[in-house]
Amino acid sequence: MSLMNLTAVELGKKIKAGEVSVEEAAKEALAAAAKKEKAVNSFVTIDEEKVLAQAKEVQRGIDAGKYTGPLAGVPAAVKDNMCTEGMLTTCSSKILGNFVPTYTCEAVLNLERAGAVIIGKTNMDEFAMGSTTETSAFGATKNPWNTEHVPGGSSGGSCAAVAAEECSYALGSDTGGSIRQPSSFCGVTGMKPTYGTVSRYGLIAYGSSLDQIGPVAKDVTDCAVILEAIASHDKKDSTSIERKDCDFSTALVDDVWGMKIGIPRDYFGEGLDPEVRDAVMAAAKELEKKGAVIEEFDLSLVEYAIPAYYVIACAEASSNLARFDGVKYGYRTDGFAGLHNMYKKTRSEGFGAEVKRRIMLGSFVLSSGYYDAYYLKALRTKALIKQAFDKAFEKYDVILGPAAPTTAPRIGDSLSDPIKMYLGDIYTISVNLAGLPGISLPCGRDSGGLPIGVQLIGNCFGEKEIIRAAYAFEQTREYEHSPLA
Amino acid sequence: MANIISDETIEYVGILAKLELSAEERENAKKDIGEMLDYIDKLNELDTSGVEPMSHAFPVNNVFREDVPSEDDGREKTLANAPERGGDSFVVPKTI
Repeated sequence: MSLMNLTAVELGKKIKAGEVSVEEAAKEALAAAAKKEKAVNSFVTIDEEKVLAQAKEVQRGIDAGKYTGPLAGVPAAVKDNMCTEGMLTTCSSKILGNFVPTYTCEAVLNLERAGAVIIGKTNMDEFAMGSTTETSAFGATKNPWNTEHVPGGSSGGSCAAVAAEECSYALGSDTGGSIRQPSSFCGVTGMKPTYGTVSRYGLIAYGSSLDQIGPVAKDVTDCAVILEAIASHDKKDSTSIERKDCDFSTALVDDVWGMKIGIPRDYFGEGLDPEVRDAVMAAAKELEKKGAVIEEFDLSLVEYAIPAYYVIACAEASSNLARFDGVKYGYRTDGFAGLHNMYKKTRSEGFGAEVKRRIMLGSFVLSSGYYDAYYLKALRTKALIKQAFDKAFEKYDVILGPAAPTTAPRIGDSLSDPIKMYLGDIYTISVNLAGLPGISLPCGRDSGGLPIGVQLIGNCFGEKEIIRAAYAFEQTREYEHSPLA
Repeated sequence: MANIISDETIEYVGILAKLELSAEERENAKKDIGEMLDYIDKLNELDTSGVEPMSHAFPVNNVFREDVPSEDDGREKTLANAPERGGDSFVVPKTI
């Protein structure tokens, strides 16, 4: 029995009771990482000295009554696209391979204010562009359930680190499914909040209108508690929202009696693995047994979400990633002739293939002559998708479906055909376009033993509904630890 | 492939994107962008006439604040990661 087998809240209780010191917990996490990293490669950076210093500092804070919350002293990991002062932040890219931020991301600061000990920075698809964590410049992360398979992405490092129990919980970011899909593949619980709930200050931007930070953990309780800690209104992010309903843990109630849950027929069509379908439908049945009213309906427009997403996300990425020019931070090429050549060479050498592909597509759809036909068309489609969800939420409290059409693919199988890889995000992407909250939690395993996730989608600001439904479902099964745990 | 991307287009997009692509990368980019556009053209099946482009998923207002000087971004911190620094400036190649 390791302390890392516990959920974050369970470990937090032991620390609070003085049964375990913060340092002991941090040392167990570091030891677990040292043992397992060769097999999973969840982390880009672990700074042991810093971790132990922070652990001592947090212990002093707990003893002095400064940290009293449920996460005080609990070891966490943070995706490597969130700036951490004095600690390497690479976005898993060569172009930021030497970047040590001089400030800390607001969401991470919020965790630190809650007494978290940050174990390290987790691996990801380069600049969060990918669904497998294979596009990292620092090598692929492996799935702790079967290391020949991908962990999903782009927050694959965060999800693998939680599943392999190298930390108690982690933060990820979700632009098109990057928390929910890898959570599903790794058999953990991950949540994307309503857009604007968590500040994006210090999150290195990919698609700013879609990006949102969220928790990855062993269970729904942890997710609710972590979200409560990181949600905040931040003047430094003008899209962050002042919410008065951030007491998410009050929704941890095993009661879905009368809750109306809609199942979109369009999420169960062609391309969905039958084993995934059966596990997700069985989850719906469990909720029905508890008194929820389950009904199938047609959401519509599902097949338009991915093309609209790629136009919008790539357009925003081409603009956001213009800042990486070899002048202010990060990599700069060695030999160049003049300023423009320096920009071009730096970027061409610093970015990987998938990032370049998306910057090129984004630059194209924003270029004069194509802007209306592609970019505005995609924004109009986004409006229609939002309307479809609005209509659904007039009838239902929660929408239930799969998080991904399949379980985790084998390493190397996805990158050769980008469109096929993009299709893997079909059930998660529209949630980002509409700004909605979504959670993925384990609901079974396929015949190969790989985890399957069920996704619950809420209306804007409907976190409590999905937390309640997820919590009620979670009570019907035991948490399954991965073989690497 | 319905969308054929010409060499001129790739050249132009490369300038916009500030990327210098190798001959092989250019050929791949032509193919990739063409295929993606074929896929994206699916959006043309939708009648979006009269639909306002939606940049933000729910109504938000502009956020105003007083323009008060602050020392939040210290000079040293701003320059700390410069690939090349000269005094209090970022050094760039000669441009004129």
